Amino acid sequence: MNFDFSDEQKQLRDSARRFLEKQSPVAVVRRVLEGDEGYDKELWKGLAEMGFTGAAIPEEFGGAGLGHLELCVIAEELGRSLAPTPFSSSIYLAAEFLMAAGSEEQKAKYLPKLASGEWIGTFAFAEGVGEVTPDRIASGASQGKLSGTKVPVPDGEIADFAVVAANTGGSGVRSVSLFLVDLSGAGVTRTPVKTIDPSRKHARIAFDGAAAEPLGAAGEGWSILTNVLDRAAVLTAFEQVGGSDRALEMARDYALERIAFGRQIGSFQAIKHILADMYVSATLARSNCYWGAYALSTGSAELPEAAATARVSATQAFQHCSTNNIQVHGGMGFTWQFDCHLYYKRSNLLALNLGSLSQWENKLIERMRAGNSAKDAA
Amino acid sequence: MNFDDTPEEAKFRAVAREWIGANAPHELDADLKRSGMGGLRLPGRDVLTESKAWQKKKADGGWAVPHWPKDYGGRGATPIERVIWQQEEGIYNQLSAPFAIGQGMCGPTVMAYADEDIKRHYLPPLASGEKVWCQLFSEPAGGSDVAALRTRAEKDGDDWIINGQKIWTSGAQFSDYGILLTRTDPNVPKHAGLTMFIVDMHAPGVEVRPIHQMSGGREFNEVFFENVRIPDSHRLGAVNDGWQVSLTTLMNERMSIGTRLNTGFPEIFEFCSRFELPDGPAIDDPAVRAKLATWAVKASGLRYTAFRAISSLSKGERPGPENSIGKLVAGVMTQDIAKFAMELEGEAGILADPDEAPAAALFQNLLVRSPGMRIAGGTDEILRNIIAERVLGLPGDIRVDKKVPFNQVPNR
Repeated sequence: MNFDFSDEQKQLRDSARRFLEKQSPVAVVRRVLEGDEGYDKELWKGLAEMGFTGAAIPEEFGGAGLGHLELCVIAEELGRSLAPTPFSSSIYLAAEFLMAAGSEEQKAKYLPKLASGEWIGTFAFAEGVGEVTPDRIASGASQGKLSGTKVPVPDGEIADFAVVAANTGGSGVRSVSLFLVDLSGAGVTRTPVKTIDPSRKHARIAFDGAAAEPLGAAGEGWSILTNVLDRAAVLTAFEQVGGSDRALEMARDYALERIAFGRQIGSFQAIKHILADMYVSATLARSNCYWGAYALSTGSAELPEAAATARVSATQAFQHCSTNNIQVHGGMGFTWQFDCHLYYKRSNLLALNLGSLSQWENKLIERMRAGNSAKDAA
Repeated sequence: MNFDDTPEEAKFRAVAREWIGANAPHELDADLKRSGMGGLRLPGRDVLTESKAWQKKKADGGWAVPHWPKDYGGRGATPIERVIWQQEEGIYNQLSAPFAIGQGMCGPTVMAYADEDIKRHYLPPLASGEKVWCQLFSEPAGGSDVAALRTRAEKDGDDWIINGQKIWTSGAQFSDYGILLTRTDPNVPKHAGLTMFIVDMHAPGVEVRPIHQMSGGREFNEVFFENVRIPDSHRLGAVNDGWQVSLTTLMNERMSIGTRLNTGFPEIFEFCSRFELPDGPAIDDPAVRAKLATWAVKASGLRYTAFRAISSLSKGERPGPENSIGKLVAGVMTQDIAKFAMELEGEAGILADPDEAPAAALFQNLLVRSPGMRIAGGTDEILRNIIAERVLGLPGDIRVDKKVPFNQVPNR
């Protein structure tokens, strides 16, 4: 059994960490957080030059042709460093959609630009409050024109194009189709929205007869997006694990450094036990993510269950670790000056990007049940 | 990244599987499959007799404790082969329970500290299950703080004379030998005055009294020592070096990977799939699903954490510290699961008769057993301290008794 990343993949992780420590220090995260720039352009350029954006994109489409295990280790480091870039929108979502459902022409048109970082893509899915279900998608498309309002769309203001889920008639899962829409074209109005984590910008996009090109077959949208959301969930879970580990380290370091009542606060069991519990949830999440990575990279039939498992576990872990990181820091953890809040905000943002925890819990149990009845029948 | 055996591992697995297929006590299959969370039950048969029979058969075939050296009753298997053996042994592994402490903790301690003639005398019958061993560390005054133990060992010629009491000794009622941690010098701080011995559980002056637990079971014992003589040749390690020796024992406890940790998750998932609430199966209820999902990812996290450890063994590396989370996660989870299932059962959740209670009273049984899981082998709190100090590198607790001679430490 070799349930681990290879030495080469670990080296890639190390080089990603070194790069991000240098190019994405907290000062860069704060510049995006406190400014109007949608992302850090220098960092984004660097990620493309390092070959990270194209890691899992085939060589024939301008990528490095490595694989999803490589993308997982990069994702972990992006999460750890809170890198303020559209990596998740452009690579975990847009590129995955194109690889999953794009025609040869669409792949040839978009993937090289995504791999090089020249274009930024995103996925426009939610239409306001509540879980997105096929029947709640009010945006509609017909005869190459798409209308409706999507909010919140990650990186919606800076993206060059979006994959948009829209109703193409009827109800239920067969009513949803996917479209590629040029966001600089006519009939597209974008406005920034304020979110809990301004280091990752989101927008409201109003489409009014925008030119839309079908992605995948009509009526197949829900099935395609379900698969792509699973893939993105595994990659996002690695970001969450990276963030969990960093939050745990910050809390540990502070517990060693801070003196109260004449001793290091880390010598108090009340603090130790908080940290031990953070270690437990981060460890469980990491192990579950490895399963997700395995399923993602091998195209295993286990992917739906493994992805939901990784997603639920990593969401819980990052929220738990980032919350308790503040608690261990005491009053200083509540200041703008200390970095604890950056992780707290990111953890709660990632917990809702791609759908809420309870939605993924629901998916997980649904899928385990289906898996079990399949086993029973076999 | 894969779950596949290497060619050598596959070869070992095939040999082990074939031998087990040809030799396992298949007449017990039905009972062994039915057991699991509730503890091993073999209706109409004696569990210890069946366990010893299987262990002896394994010994004759060279499979008793595969990872031990041949000279002591093993076959010199590698750590990964040990895991493969356990996986292949499957349901029959439950029959190894009476020997788990002896082979997992006592044996490695004897191997590390005893003279060669002692090892050759004691280890082969421990491996073959002919002799059963127990571990005598905890005392009424020394549980989590085991170094505060008070059982005295006093030198008398070539012998030591033991007086005192141990508690929470698993399997003492059917053990032939034990490893015994004693106090040999009360005039020095507590860790510095301990010595380890091999004790004959049938020696005059040893009395075993089962403890009636809150679960109704009697798996643990009190053991009393009154002027019990142990020859100096049966000392393990130097006089007053017993604390170091005991760390070897406890380290080996942590090395045992792959033994399936019961969490109660498969049971609660199965239960919720079939149990009908007024609006349909429990598993369709969103609140039930949220609970199940949280437990599912814990159970899965433990499974894949073990796989990571096994992968380290496969590469010839020592597993990392992540394996230390298992019992901490499983104990409290089992307790929560028991209460949750009973909650779904409504007022009838109080029924404990297997013929009447849902799921044959499995969850009612777990309710009264699970508190022990959170205490035995290190309480949840001690485990958190260990993770914080040894894994995360936090400072040790400030200890008021650290530099004080043991006989001057306040006690009540």
